[in-house]
Amino acid sequence: METFLGIDYPTLWFLVVGLLFSGYAILEGFDYGAGAWHLFFKKDISRRIAINAIGPIWDANQVWLIIGGGALFAGFPVMYATMLSSMYVPFMLFLMFLVLRSTSIKFRSAEEMLWWRKMWDITYFVSNVSIAFLLGVVLGNVLQGFEIGPNFSYQGGVFFSFLSPYAIMTGFTTLSIFMTQGAIFLLLKTEGRLHARLTFLLKKGMIFFIVSFSITSLYTLIFTPGVTDNFKETPAFFILPLLSFLAVANVPRLVSKKKYGQALIFSSLTMAFLLMLVAFQLYPVLLPSTIHPEHSVTIYNAASSQKSLGIMLTIVVIGTPLLAGYFIFLYRTFYGKVKLDDTSY
Amino acid sequence: MDVEILARIQFAFTIAFHYIYPPLSIGIGLIMVIMEGLYLKTGNKEYEVLTRFWLKIFAITFGIGVATGIIMEFEFGTNWAVYSKYVGDIFGSALAAEGLFAFGLESTFLGILIFGWNRVSPKVHFISTIGVFLGSMFSAVWIVVANSWQQTPAGYHIVGEGLNARAEVTDFWAMVFNPSSVDRIIHVWQGAFLAGAFLVLSVHAYYIRKGRYVELSKRAFKIALVVATVVSFTQLLSGHSSADGVAVNQPAKLAAMEGHYEKSAPADLYLLGWVDNKNQKVTGLGLPGGLSFLVHQDFQAPITGLNAFPEEDRPGQVNAVFQFYHIMISIGMFLIAITFYASFLWWRGKLFEKKWLMWIFSFSVILPQIANQAGWFAAEMGRQPWIVYGHLRTSQGFSQEVSANQIVFSLVMFTVVYSLLLILFLYSLNKKIKHGPYDEAVNPLEII
Repeated sequence: METFLGIDYPTLWFLVVGLLFSGYAILEGFDYGAGAWHLFFKKDISRRIAINAIGPIWDANQVWLIIGGGALFAGFPVMYATMLSSMYVPFMLFLMFLVLRSTSIKFRSAEEMLWWRKMWDITYFVSNVSIAFLLGVVLGNVLQGFEIGPNFSYQGGVFFSFLSPYAIMTGFTTLSIFMTQGAIFLLLKTEGRLHARLTFLLKKGMIFFIVSFSITSLYTLIFTPGVTDNFKETPAFFILPLLSFLAVANVPRLVSKKKYGQALIFSSLTMAFLLMLVAFQLYPVLLPSTIHPEHSVTIYNAASSQKSLGIMLTIVVIGTPLLAGYFIFLYRTFYGKVKLDDTSY
Repeated sequence: MDVEILARIQFAFTIAFHYIYPPLSIGIGLIMVIMEGLYLKTGNKEYEVLTRFWLKIFAITFGIGVATGIIMEFEFGTNWAVYSKYVGDIFGSALAAEGLFAFGLESTFLGILIFGWNRVSPKVHFISTIGVFLGSMFSAVWIVVANSWQQTPAGYHIVGEGLNARAEVTDFWAMVFNPSSVDRIIHVWQGAFLAGAFLVLSVHAYYIRKGRYVELSKRAFKIALVVATVVSFTQLLSGHSSADGVAVNQPAKLAAMEGHYEKSAPADLYLLGWVDNKNQKVTGLGLPGGLSFLVHQDFQAPITGLNAFPEEDRPGQVNAVFQFYHIMISIGMFLIAITFYASFLWWRGKLFEKKWLMWIFSFSVILPQIANQAGWFAAEMGRQPWIVYGHLRTSQGFSQEVSANQIVFSLVMFTVVYSLLLILFLYSLNKKIKHGPYDEAVNPLEII
């Protein structure tokens, strides 16, 4: 098998996909998170500011989902196909809420009528909450494993089996971490009374996060067999849970010092470390089979050919700096507090 | 209904709905680049007004295009799992390139385009417009490459058997430049230019008819007319080249397009007609030997007909393929006729005097839309029964683990949400047109 720097291609691609999903979680995390607070703001002007805080960037942030999905399809077609077709209902709901979410952003400001705005405010809020929750639910399902038989055939339930207690827990944890992230982001983009209100809301958000995070972690350790196996083999990686814990603890500290920029960095790091943790405990499995481990989808039996992975790694090496350049330009242009003008939503 | 049919209906519905928007964005994008370029070059404020006006319409179109596009990206996995595994190795690199090179470009610069008027210099704004336009063109490239590979696979080999069989890339550039991709990319681009140009023509013809923003509208109309005239003609050339490719690479599809059954005989070219698939007969008006002439420049040259293929290896819906194909061609011809006539009048200095012509242009926006849809329906139904031409059948490609009930559920959901989306789109398009290009505060005189 071909390698680069001593790492085989499927593993490299595993890292690429992990990186893309982390980027997605961090960037859309504050977008979805900001939206999940939407109904907590009472005045129309506050809601407008909140939407315009993400206005110029959410489309760009969404690119990470599109590239992440593409990367999964490209590098691990078996994983992409098995996960999406087995989790049909949650993914369809997820996609539908994505559409409704962008529709709300685009059309909310089109009319001034109270009922119109209210309708879109509710749609927007529900969509954001549901998207965050469903992402967590899917993650929970992946961690628990699917009922996969020979030839990667899914043999589990069809409609509501994805809503296991554990998946609900990871759903709430994801929602809470996004809400924390979203509130910190909005604090950076707002001033005055809305800013004051957000400091209050953020505290609630952090409590929500710490409670659901602790319960989920505990549950994972107790009820998921083999979750610590990889760590026992390579104890050096105990650094990951440690780092996640430190990042989590650092967020409230920075918030209480009103260092919101740094707080956003650390809540982003929290997500990144947690995802790394998940990735590490799974590796090299992508989707554990609950029927028999030999039916599991792994990075090796799911991967595209060496040739294809090589091409795509080249594409990534060329494309990533370009994309980074666009993002720096975009974020610099819209740096600072939200000012509503004639181009705003 | 069975899972395969439902999955096909859902895919056709979601892709057809999606395909209303990206061509509009690409086409409006081109017109915006021209308008803003003229503004920078001449300093004429009217071009700035036009650019800003079309940017607003572009923003909605683009937004719906992205939202409905994400669904497509994941629908391969949800509903076509076997197919996804089969083509992932090939499709994947095209999709990855699309995301990183094209979509990244358009989506990041879109923010600057819409919200950046007061934040960046006019030059930087113009560069962003070009960035978004190029990004959308480039997006089309990778998607059409992937689809063309399904039509005319190249640069691959098949590995494995049964449910685990799949195509793997052996030559990336041969895969990208497979026999049909260049023709089809150009055809799709031009279809998109026409969709955008005719929307601009239609809106400004409406203003001219109503006597609103007349001078401004004449400027815009002329820009769009140049694009529409040139492209409707070059589209004919690209269509011809494309059909030549189909004759070589997918003879069964070409035969279905003209309802040609005989194994090896001269084939007719129909203007319109009706195919009776059971009795293998076409009733209609056509030029005997016309298809033979177009392909081989000889009215007597034999063309491979449908009967040269076993029943299970050729398109089942011959009449549908025939009709869609002919709708596309007829509309294409009509577009050439009206744009050339309008250009002729322009040359004679009488373009805006004919009120009936402005009426036709007001409603013509729907025509490229229909032609684009019909063209795709002909191409995709003509590809049947294959999902990957010659290798994998559509009936083998869908997700085995998804039940009919699940698809009904998602199909109902899509129908409801997309209907809402279409209503909202038309409503806000209408509102922006009624409101006009000027903001009240900017130029109160224009609103009389």
